[in-house]
Amino acid sequence: MNIHEYQAKQVFAKYGVPTPKGIMVESVEAAVEAAKELGGPVWVVKAQIHAGGRGLGGGVKLAKSIEEVRELSDEILGMTLVTHQTDAAGKLVRKLYIEDGADIKDEFYLSVVLDRKLEMPLIMASTEGGMNIEDVAENTPEKIITIPVDPAIGFQGFHGRELAFGLGITDKNEQKKIISFAQKLFKLYMENDAEMIEINPLVRTGSGDFLALDGKMGFDNSALGRQPEIEAMRDLTEEDADEVEAAKYGLSYVALDGEIGCMVNGAGLAMGTMDTINHMGGTPANFLDVGGSANAETVAKGFEIILRNPNVKAIFVNIFGGIVRCDRIANGIIEATKLTDVNVPVIVRLDGTNAPEASEILKKANISNLIVGDDLADGAAKAVAAAKGN
Amino acid sequence: MSILVNKDTKVIVQGFTGKEGSFHAEQCLAYGTKIVGGVTPNKGGQTHLGKPVFNTVADAVKTTGATVSMIFVPPAFVGDAVMEAAEAGIDLAVIITEGAPVKDMQMAKAHATKHGMKTLGPNCPGIITAEECKIGIMPGMIFKKGNVGLISKSGTLTYEGANQVCKEGFGISTAVGIGGDPIIGLSYLQLLPMFEADPETECIVLIGEIGGDLEIQAAAYIKEHITKPVVAFIAGQTAPKGKTMGHAGAIVSGSAGTAAEKMAALEAAGATVVVSPAEIGQAVTKAMAKK
Repeated sequence: MNIHEYQAKQVFAKYGVPTPKGIMVESVEAAVEAAKELGGPVWVVKAQIHAGGRGLGGGVKLAKSIEEVRELSDEILGMTLVTHQTDAAGKLVRKLYIEDGADIKDEFYLSVVLDRKLEMPLIMASTEGGMNIEDVAENTPEKIITIPVDPAIGFQGFHGRELAFGLGITDKNEQKKIISFAQKLFKLYMENDAEMIEINPLVRTGSGDFLALDGKMGFDNSALGRQPEIEAMRDLTEEDADEVEAAKYGLSYVALDGEIGCMVNGAGLAMGTMDTINHMGGTPANFLDVGGSANAETVAKGFEIILRNPNVKAIFVNIFGGIVRCDRIANGIIEATKLTDVNVPVIVRLDGTNAPEASEILKKANISNLIVGDDLADGAAKAVAAAKGN
Repeated sequence: MSILVNKDTKVIVQGFTGKEGSFHAEQCLAYGTKIVGGVTPNKGGQTHLGKPVFNTVADAVKTTGATVSMIFVPPAFVGDAVMEAAEAGIDLAVIITEGAPVKDMQMAKAHATKHGMKTLGPNCPGIITAEECKIGIMPGMIFKKGNVGLISKSGTLTYEGANQVCKEGFGISTAVGIGGDPIIGLSYLQLLPMFEADPETECIVLIGEIGGDLEIQAAAYIKEHITKPVVAFIAGQTAPKGKTMGHAGAIVSGSAGTAAEKMAALEAAGATVVVSPAEIGQAVTKAMAKK
């Protein structure tokens, strides 16, 4: 789960990680009020969406007067931002963050992520702040310093010194400040079950202070149950409505741009099914894992969500029943055809637990546009042919 | 022969009396797995599925001599359960539970390593030595005894792969589901040498997916050390970037962790890489014929 910049900065503030002062608003009038309250003389008007690259897309602008805050807020609020991290349709800006302008001397990059190879958190920092960090990693990898921190010992002084020297910070007072900054950031990373924190840029001001000018945070979904304050920050308008609805039914759904709807049990087989369709000359319309507790209701819901996509020309149901019982899936398919107008061919391949029973159930139901696939290859081939109208 | 577990392996179940634990422990017993007891705090002294229940893993190990624990406790308690097993002297913890917080697994795995305990999972189907010992949730009937070892991140692709191998007239020595979480226990790098050393295993099927670089590490190891034929499939060639595909660890970040990169590395290491899981069975047949 991701949160907005203004929310990340609330978490930072709670831990004493310094940020510029700012106020989140949802209207132009409120933006003007916020600007007056902050006092100026310079403000930054920032679009709040769950994607990076906002500045380049025109969603972050500097205002030098209250009037300018009004104009820019009017311009950005309600616009659809397309950045390298959004899809082509972009994201509607519903919220703004009005922030004090900072006196920027230089810009750094600082993040904490999980290093899957080391199996521990990794602090990454660079003097190349404000740039796309993936470009820095590609072109000048020597400018990125990495410091793994074993959670069993936590953030120690030597980690901090490695960071300060690595960034070329020589002033003793400034060293103290950046070490304390990183220490607090690591603490909040651990205590909030964060998956990643990224501050780009982290700035040094003219007076030698360090400020998080931006803030991006993602969290471990598996830990949200014990992080109620974080979970309350979830903004469902930033997420795909179909994915959110699917999740309520225990379905894991991701929309794609092809023509064959897929309903599969297990994430690996679901991806493997998409790959097989692709290999046979078809295009998958979605990823859908019905999970281990699939029943008639969830299968029917899956059909409903798949069929909302107007590009879908056929549906391939591919189940290898382990915990999932094929007879339940078969009943779900019959249920779905009653509840929803299934107007495309449905290719069904059921194998594993209770597969013979399932095939009996489907035969008896006598559904007109249902085609049986004998195995994965046969089912995928039939789905590809059906989508092409054969 | 086989790897890690066989008909003599003594197994306990943590979360023994819960709904999932009970259901699957019963299935494992029916398969022939030597489940010697289970652990549920405050139910010590009771009998469940005809086996003794203990309050702590230490009690269970002391009384039964179990060396493997199958873990079914709820996600929030997985870290605790793994660390308890490690301190009680268990050799291998098979963690079935899905949805354990990543931070807990970092701590638990580090602690397990410190105590010399191997872990498998979390969020995995478990491990099965065909017709001897099933520790997990896989449908036992599809695993016929044979000479093909299987390692997979995905549960259902394990079944798909094993089923095809058996339909081609071969069978499985041991199949291991390693799970698709960001932090997992035993992986390709530890399991490949075990299969290489196992006289019963003649061919290895490796099933991976997008995200992380475990398959890349595996490819490097295969190139240097594996003499047996390897058939590999990587799921997620058609997955979009930056989206988590069901498994928490299955995500392509930037240009790293793509299926194409992993397939190329495995191919270069001498493995037979198939583009669809539907081709695993035939590829195994070819690999076995060449031997």
